[in-house]
Amino acid sequence: MKFRKSLLAAAALVFGLATVSAQAADNIRVGLVVKSLGNGFFEAARDGAMEAAKEVGNAEVIYTGPTSTTAEGQIESINALMAQHVDAIAVSANDPNALAPILKRAMQRGIKVISWDSGVAQDARIVHLNPSNNELIGKTCVKLAADVVGDGGGDIAILSATPTSTNQNIWIGEMKKALPDYSGLKLVDTVYGDDLADKSYRETVALLKKYPDLKAIVAPTSVGIVAAAQAVEDQNMVGKVFVTGLGLPSELAGHVEKGSVKSFAIWNPIDLGYSAMMISYKLATGAQGGPNSKIEAGRMGTISFDENGDGAMSEPFVYDASNVEKFAKIF
Amino acid sequence: MNRQTLQQTAPHTTQHQTGNQRFLPDNLNGAWRNRLLRWETLLLVFVALAFFANTQLSPYFLDPWSLSDATFNFTEKAIIALPMALLIIARDIDLSVASTIALSSVAMGAANSAGIDPAGMVAIGAGVGLLAGLFNGYIITRFDIPAIVVTIGTMSLYRGIAYIVLGDGVYRDYPQGFAFFGQGYVYGVISFEFTLFLLLAVIFAVILHKTIFGRRVFAIGNNPTAALFSGINVKRHRMVLFTLVGLLSGIAAILLTSRIGSTRPSIAMGWELEVITMVVLGGVSIMGGAGSIAGVFIAVFLMGLVTFGMGLLNVPGIVMSIFTGILLIAVIGTPIIWRRVVQAQKMRSKMRGG
Repeated sequence: MKFRKSLLAAAALVFGLATVSAQAADNIRVGLVVKSLGNGFFEAARDGAMEAAKEVGNAEVIYTGPTSTTAEGQIESINALMAQHVDAIAVSANDPNALAPILKRAMQRGIKVISWDSGVAQDARIVHLNPSNNELIGKTCVKLAADVVGDGGGDIAILSATPTSTNQNIWIGEMKKALPDYSGLKLVDTVYGDDLADKSYRETVALLKKYPDLKAIVAPTSVGIVAAAQAVEDQNMVGKVFVTGLGLPSELAGHVEKGSVKSFAIWNPIDLGYSAMMISYKLATGAQGGPNSKIEAGRMGTISFDENGDGAMSEPFVYDASNVEKFAKIF
Repeated sequence: MNRQTLQQTAPHTTQHQTGNQRFLPDNLNGAWRNRLLRWETLLLVFVALAFFANTQLSPYFLDPWSLSDATFNFTEKAIIALPMALLIIARDIDLSVASTIALSSVAMGAANSAGIDPAGMVAIGAGVGLLAGLFNGYIITRFDIPAIVVTIGTMSLYRGIAYIVLGDGVYRDYPQGFAFFGQGYVYGVISFEFTLFLLLAVIFAVILHKTIFGRRVFAIGNNPTAALFSGINVKRHRMVLFTLVGLLSGIAAILLTSRIGSTRPSIAMGWELEVITMVVLGGVSIMGGAGSIAGVFIAVFLMGLVTFGMGLLNVPGIVMSIFTGILLIAVIGTPIIWRRVVQAQKMRSKMRGG
C-alpha cells in the first residue's frame, strides 16, 4: 500500500512539473547549469537568476545540474536542455574542455551559450562572466584594510597561500599597485601559510610578535583568513589587530561576532546568478555578445567583455556584521 | 554402518516417492526460459509505459534529434553492461570498469601527445582496457581472491595511476579524425556509438545464448564446483570474462574520450554502479546463473527513457536517482511479490479444497 502511494506521489510530482513547464512555453527559457545541485552557493545564484527573470517579465529559469560535480553529468543536463529547445544556456563548468563539444553543438542549433563562475573553452561559449577581476580584488582588499586601520594609518601585513600560487601573487601585485592611494598604509611583510590551517596560524602568531604596531592582516585566501582570525583571538589581540581579505561567510560569521574580523569580501552568488541570467536573456533577445562587447545587466550595470570574451561582474561584495549571518546560511 | 543405514532408509524413501508423485521436468531450461520471458515482457511493458508517459508529458520528446542525443547518455555504459552481464551470470563482478576507462583514456591522451594517429590511439585504448581486465582476471583466478575484493583494489589502483600521470592536468586537442567515434553519425540521426552498441549487443547475445562458451558461463554461475567437476576450465573462463569486460571498458573509453574531446583523471567517475544497475535491472541474477542479453538490452532503454524523460521535465538529479532506485526495486520486486501472491492464493484454495 505504502509503495503504491509513493508511486502515485511520484507520478503526481512528475505531472505537476510537466504542467508548470507547459504553461510557460512562450517565455525566453534559460537553462542555468551549475556544478552540482544541493550547493548553497549555486542555490543563491538560482535565486538571483529568478530575480532577474521576474524583473524582465517574460523569462524563465531552468535550474539544473548533476548530483555530483562531474562533466559527464553536466553533459546529460545540457542534452536535456537542448532537447527542450531552450533559448540560452548559462553554465558554471566542471571541466572547461569536456563540455566544449556539447556546447558547440548547442550553439550550432541556435542556443545562446555563456559560461559564468567557472568558464569553458573560448570557442564553446559567447562570453564568460567572471565574478570579479584581479584588479578589483586587489583594490577591494586594500580598501578593506584601510577601513579597519582608520584615518591614522598604520602597519599592515599580507598572509598568502603558497609563494607559487598564481592567483595569490597576481592579487598581491594588484594590492601593491593600489596601496599608494592610501597614504597612511604601510605594508611591512608578506608571509605564506601554504593554505594550511596550522602553518597559516603559526605565521600569523609570528607576525603579531614581530610587528607590535601591526593594525591589519590581509589574507586573500579562505583558509588563511580563518586561521589568522583564530590566531588574533587566541593572542588576545582582538580590537588591536583586525583580519580581513577574502573568505566564506559561513566560516567567518563566528569571527565577525568575536570581533577579530570586521569586514571581508567575496563574490556575491545572488548578484552572479542575476547577471548570468540577465546576459543570457539579452543575448537570446538579440543583443550582440562576444569579444569586445558590452552587455547591459540590469541593476549590475553594464558589463564589458574583453578581447577573449571575458567579463568581470563587479568588485567583490563586502560582508560585515550587518549581512554575514544571512550569507553564512548560503555558503 | 553406512550401508546399513542406507538399506534401512532406502525402502522408506521409495515408499515416500510412490506415495507422492514427484514432478520430473523433461527439459531443464524450460522453467528458466519461462521465467526470463516473463521478466523481459515486464521490462518491455515498463519501456512502453515510459515511452507513452514521455510522449504525453513533454512536447519535445518525439524529436529524432532529441532521441538521438539521449542515446549518448547511456551508450558507453550500456556497452560495458553487455560483458558485465556475462560476468555477473558467472557469479563474478568487476567494480573497476570506470577506473579502467580513466586509465585507458589517459593512455590515449598520452599517445595523442606523442603524435600517434587515431588508429593507433584506438588500438592503445582498447589494448589498455584489455590488459586491465586481464590483470583483474589473473589476480583473481591465480590467487583465488574474491573478485569484489580485487576489483575494489584495482578500482583505486587504475584511477590512481591516471591521477599520477595526469594530476590536475588535462589531455585535449584530440585530432578531428578521432572525434568520429563519439560524435560521428553513421546514417542520419543514428550515431556511430549507438550502431556499435547494437552490433555488440547482437554479438554478446550470440555468445551467451548460442555458444558452448555461453552455456558454460551459466554452468559456472549455477555451481562453480559442479562446473569444474564436469570438465570446464573454470579459471580460464573467468579470466576470459574479466578480459572481455576490460576490453569493452577500453572501447567505452574510446567513445567517451572522443565524445567529450578531453581526458581528466576523474573521467567516468561512479559509472561502475550505473553499469551494474543496468545489468541487475535487466534481470541478471546477482547470485549468478541466470540472465539474458535481451533483458539487459531492454533495461538499458528503460533507464535511458526514464532519465531522459525526467531530464526533459527538469526533474532535479537527486529526484532522478531516487526514481531510478524505485524503478530498480519495482521491476525486480514485482515478479517476486507476484509469485508470492499467486502461491498464497494457491495455498488458500488448497486449504479450502482440503
